[in-house]
Amino acid sequence: MATITQHPAPRSVWRSRLLSGAPRVAFLAVAVALTLGPVVWTVLTALRPPSEALGSSPLSLDNLGFDSFRAVFDQVDLWLLILNSVLVTGLCAVGQMFTACLGGYIFARVPFRGRGVLFSMIMATMMVPMQVTIVPVFMLIRGMHLSDTLLALILPAIPTAFGTFLMRQYFMTLPPDLAEAAAIDGASPWRTFRSVYAPLATPGLAIVGILAFNYHWNEFFRPLIMTISEKNFTLPLGLVSLQGNKGTGSVAVVLAGVVISMIPALLVFVFGQRPLREGLTTGSFR
Amino acid sequence: MTTSAPSRTQPSTTSKVGEKRVTATLSTQRRKERLLATVFLAPTVIGIFVFTVVPIVGSFLLAFFRWDIISSPRFVGLDNFTSLGTDRTLRVAFANTIAFVVVAVLLQLAVALALAVLVQGHLPTWLRSILRSVFFFPLILSAASVSIIMSYLFNQDFGLVNQVLTGVGLPDVPWLTSGPGAQLLVVLVYVWQNFGFSFLLFVGGLASIPRDVYEAAAIDGASGWRQFRQITFPLLSPTTLVASVMAVISALQIFDQPYVLTRGGPGDSTRTVVMVIYENAFQQLQFGRASAIGIVLTVFIMLATALQFRLSRRFIHYS
Repeated sequence: MATITQHPAPRSVWRSRLLSGAPRVAFLAVAVALTLGPVVWTVLTALRPPSEALGSSPLSLDNLGFDSFRAVFDQVDLWLLILNSVLVTGLCAVGQMFTACLGGYIFARVPFRGRGVLFSMIMATMMVPMQVTIVPVFMLIRGMHLSDTLLALILPAIPTAFGTFLMRQYFMTLPPDLAEAAAIDGASPWRTFRSVYAPLATPGLAIVGILAFNYHWNEFFRPLIMTISEKNFTLPLGLVSLQGNKGTGSVAVVLAGVVISMIPALLVFVFGQRPLREGLTTGSFR
Repeated sequence: MTTSAPSRTQPSTTSKVGEKRVTATLSTQRRKERLLATVFLAPTVIGIFVFTVVPIVGSFLLAFFRWDIISSPRFVGLDNFTSLGTDRTLRVAFANTIAFVVVAVLLQLAVALALAVLVQGHLPTWLRSILRSVFFFPLILSAASVSIIMSYLFNQDFGLVNQVLTGVGLPDVPWLTSGPGAQLLVVLVYVWQNFGFSFLLFVGGLASIPRDVYEAAAIDGASGWRQFRQITFPLLSPTTLVASVMAVISALQIFDQPYVLTRGGPGDSTRTVVMVIYENAFQQLQFGRASAIGIVLTVFIMLATALQFRLSRRFIHYS
């Protein structure tokens, strides 16, 4: 035991030689620069006038303004893209929060025969990659006469296995005594849900909503397949097609569009980082 | 709540009449619960049935047909599967995808693990949380936006990356116009956007390793590298398994980045399996064939996952 004092204290040991001092700081600094660099460059370039996006040195701060932002509104119907994206993302998020809340509550709190089996089956559907189901879903949508509408993007996205799983986990963390107390006080099961559990579920619902927002705001594959006419494009699709028009597309103008499309995601990141992080990694640790 | 707790045990001690009423209310209560369960589960169960279960079954059936939506479907047996073997584009796409998964996943895990270890060591709490946010940040962007940004940064004529490379005396890299360049670019862009996810998993895993293990090792005089090799890495192996399984599953489905960056080119050098599914279905209107490829991809994902669990059994350590 006496030997302990001859060794460095654990605090400084944890900061072991390999990872200590300048090399570590340098490594982290490079990593931060490489992670944020492209985004900083994007914002700076978008702030340059359309004609001289690439002329000036990449980090100079002269001549910055919002001309490219104005130009992107002239070149594409950006308001329509924004409206479409907001509609699709908003309705997907609200729909998922709604169905996941109801389903998660039942799977966590109301026993019935076959509940375990039904839940496992729903969970199993998460393992099937979207590429397998996309063709039949496309045909279903076509059969419903919804092809090339925003509903084609919204409707299939609302029932959510993952959201149901998240909400079930969440409801299971709430004390079961609340339900018993409510039942003894004569509350109906509906009343118990509505007045006791649903109000307590807000943080769980926030996770579902934020995850849904982040996913559908950025989604590319499904909109590419389900929408045909430009009036139904969402932002990512509109930006890619704007970039494709190489003839007219100034780098600064395209990047101005990209920056605009990032703003809501950025707001969610700032205000919903913790729930987003927790939601993403839920299910990876059992 | 405190007042209601005793009444829970009371039915057994009350009179026969009271007992009957309790059972009666219990059964109406039960009925109401069942009704609630039915109504509440309907949207999810019906929705998942219609938009996931039916399509899965549909995909399996469709794989045995030749169908272009316009004319009526024709049963072709296993033709859609057997013809896949001779499809050169698909073979190339599979080879590309596998090579991509191997390189991208290894790089992603290595970067994520290194950064997680560096961030987790002695740093002020505020700095650690800032760094965590920074490395998590690319995950919130759309793959389409990221790919657009990178296609400019890596442009051979005016891109900043090549300007820097030539500035320090390195040769110009034809990122978008040569096969190997484009393949490397897709890997870099994908890893740039996704390492944060593995990073989050590793940070969580590292936090669960008890500090005193390191203290004991330090007392025994173990160096930093030895501590990493003999403590951190083994104790982190369950996390590494999860991180690698998830990374492989998602990398096998890559589409957005190569589609936006290169449309699969130059030649077929960045064409992926999902891209071939997309082209078969929505450009060539070969829906049966596209379904068959989708099924093959799913089987492939399942095999890759099973293989990783298999391999991991040999070296995984649960503390």
